[in-house]
Amino acid sequence: MTEQTSHPLLDIKNLGITFSTSTGDVEAVKESSFSVMPGETVAIVGESGSGKSTSALAAIGLLPSNGRISGGQIFFDGKDITHIDESEKVKLRGNQIGMVPQDPMSNLNPVWKIGFQVKETLKANGLPSSDKDVSRVLEQAGLPDADRRARQYPHEFSGGMRQRALIAIGLSCQPRLLIADEPTSALDVTVQRTILDHLEGMTQDLGTAVLLITHDLGLAAERARKVVVMYKGRVVEAGPALDLLRNPQHPYTKKLVDSAPSLASRRIQVARETGQETDELLAERPKTEIQASLQHDFVQIENLSKVFKLRGAWGKSEQFTAVDDVSFTIPRGTTTAVVGESGSGKSTIARMLLGLESITRGRISFDGRDIAGLKGREMFTFRRRVQPIFQDPYGSLDPMYNIFRTIEEPMRVHKVGSKAEREKKVKSLLDQVQLPQSMMARYPNELSGGQRQRVAIARALALNPDLVVCDEAVSALDVLVQAQILNLLAELQSELGLTYLFITHDLAVVRQIADRVCVMEKGKMVETGSTDAVFEDPQTEYTQKLLAAIPGAGLMIPPEAA
Amino acid sequence: MLWYLFKRILQLIPVFLGATLLVYFLVFMLPGDPLAALCGEKGCTPGVAAALTEKYHLDDPFLVQYVNYLGGLFTGDLGVNFSGREIGSILENAFPVTARLAIEALVFEGIFGVIFGLYAGLKRGKLFDSTVLVISLIVIAIPIFVLAFMLQFFVGVRLGLAKPTVSGTAGWGELILPAVVLGLVSFAYVLRLTRTSVAENANADYVRTATAKGLTRGRVIRVHILRNSMIPVATFLGADLGALMGGAVVTEGIFNVPGIGSQLYKALTLGDAPTVVSIVSIMVLIFCVANLLVDLLYAWLDPRIRYA
Repeated sequence: MTEQTSHPLLDIKNLGITFSTSTGDVEAVKESSFSVMPGETVAIVGESGSGKSTSALAAIGLLPSNGRISGGQIFFDGKDITHIDESEKVKLRGNQIGMVPQDPMSNLNPVWKIGFQVKETLKANGLPSSDKDVSRVLEQAGLPDADRRARQYPHEFSGGMRQRALIAIGLSCQPRLLIADEPTSALDVTVQRTILDHLEGMTQDLGTAVLLITHDLGLAAERARKVVVMYKGRVVEAGPALDLLRNPQHPYTKKLVDSAPSLASRRIQVARETGQETDELLAERPKTEIQASLQHDFVQIENLSKVFKLRGAWGKSEQFTAVDDVSFTIPRGTTTAVVGESGSGKSTIARMLLGLESITRGRISFDGRDIAGLKGREMFTFRRRVQPIFQDPYGSLDPMYNIFRTIEEPMRVHKVGSKAEREKKVKSLLDQVQLPQSMMARYPNELSGGQRQRVAIARALALNPDLVVCDEAVSALDVLVQAQILNLLAELQSELGLTYLFITHDLAVVRQIADRVCVMEKGKMVETGSTDAVFEDPQTEYTQKLLAAIPGAGLMIPPEAA
Repeated sequence: MLWYLFKRILQLIPVFLGATLLVYFLVFMLPGDPLAALCGEKGCTPGVAAALTEKYHLDDPFLVQYVNYLGGLFTGDLGVNFSGREIGSILENAFPVTARLAIEALVFEGIFGVIFGLYAGLKRGKLFDSTVLVISLIVIAIPIFVLAFMLQFFVGVRLGLAKPTVSGTAGWGELILPAVVLGLVSFAYVLRLTRTSVAENANADYVRTATAKGLTRGRVIRVHILRNSMIPVATFLGADLGALMGGAVVTEGIFNVPGIGSQLYKALTLGDAPTVVSIVSIMVLIFCVANLLVDLLYAWLDPRIRYA
């Protein structure tokens, strides 16, 4: 052991962070301690609001203006940096501590070229900043054709490319510590994997220590040697990644391990292979195969295509085929999942099925009727029987409507029952989605993301629909909440005999809920079959790639194997 | 881009024709006989009246008169007004004065509005912010001519810092006080717009990222907050040109500035139709071109906007 390795690069001791809000002070982080050794990768795991990002941001003085360090100390390379002044922080940022932020869409300034944003980083930290240096930095982050790319603006980049640009910026000054705040949670799984692989390679080459912040336990375990679990502002558990997963001590960590979709789905699969617990595990899921065999072809999609006209230069229009000759059926009472990366056309299918988008070619028949021919009254009835649940529980509820009015509105529009009957129904719906009836008078902004999604489900169920289209309905939620919502949806399915169409990019979710899977790539359906078949024996390379990209899929997780 | 420019210039044609037609029609419909105004109290002899009617095509139908007028406009001949002066030469003298006034007003509201707004936006909720907000509200609430008279009296008469009225030459220095008055309300709007925009952008993710890169606070503000906050302000300033031209009528009247505004006012009170139509047509044209320039500026400020 040499001197260098024995003292930590970042050492956080009893850190407390307080936010002053309109309703008084809130202590977001309480007496938290952890450390990062030079060159080491440490992951902080926790749900949103657990204080994981806040703790890391405090280290480079990037707390929001209403936040302050209210206790404890932060040491960087042995020096106390808890209350240093702004000019010293500026010196530290960039070349000592770098950052890769969470959302690649909002973290690059839209009005400056990528090259400019890299260049000013180099310049600010006193490094050579010619165009050549800029290209080199971008190339190292895995951005092909860097010379040309440097002259483009952020909106000309895809999400993955933007994240590479942000990684280039974060590592351009070769910092000793990199704070990676959910660096890939906004990206598709396949892109996520390549980006994380690249980040890992780069930081290893440079000997950079990484503080990885994530809500995904599988990802943390896969990427970090050491995992710190935070819950409600406190560090509840810390230790080597695999030990923590196999033998979690704190009840919260146990819950997290149990509900992590990537790990859970792997376990189901492993259990089946070894012939253990299969029946028990299956019993938890609403297997409705008996019902399914009774009623086939509830929804039939035949040779469906959607072509969008894009506006080109000089008033010409170009055609873009979003959905290309897709056929599949949804048997009654089952769950069919459509998976694919963003841009694969999966949401367009959902929108066409909901009658929100016109059909270019092909047909969709619902319960034996072609939906393209529905007019007026019939369309109204169709809309009652098919209900959506959308991805963003923040954007899809009207902020001016209270919860009662939100859930009651579809019934009022469709003139279902009297006022008293409707109120009774709203109450029973709230019971069904496990929300207290007292919540009726509240407004969406007073609810958490999971609660809002429950409200969205209650609203979708208000008209007793036959088919519920869930467009990324759980993607915006934390793993624990995600697990609760998926369980709720499964229970409702077995109780009410609902049919689900699940649109998602998350294969782990598919594994938990779907009976059948359709895999989409660039508008075409590349694979379809029962969930078991597709997961155990993927036929196309694309599906294999998607499966391999699930974080934690490669980990040897079952306790019996350890 | 060129295609867009071409389309926008094409769009100017119907706007210009529509606006001039409307103004020409309104003036045509004004009660009163143009000949009576021309000949004064004594009245003209029938022969002179016939000659004048012939000369000014007063018997022609409305549309023919309008087309004649347009023809003259495009060959650079704006005609003469009722007192026989060339309208062209009136505009030639008055236009530079108003241009100077408008430029000074724009510079004043642009520069001071942005500086005050930036500072208030960065220090949101602090004393400076609240003070500036209250003052801007007062400025917006009080009618412009009240402010004009107040400034004229206190700054011009009591303190003697500036001449209360402007001389015939109307140089840059003399026009500062009228320009401040003219730009005062817009200054308040620019300030509030900048403040809101800055306060919003200051919390943007890319600003945090810029800070994390190790940039100094000054550079973060200049390069990442200010530039992005200028986008809505630029749009406002373009649209504001119209308000400035309207405001110039009042301001020029109060400070006795010999510009387009006071000429328009004079022409209106005299019922001098040809001059009114000419001045309004030019104002419409300037307004259209200025808005085109603002749209182009907008694309330059925000590269996400591409015109095709």
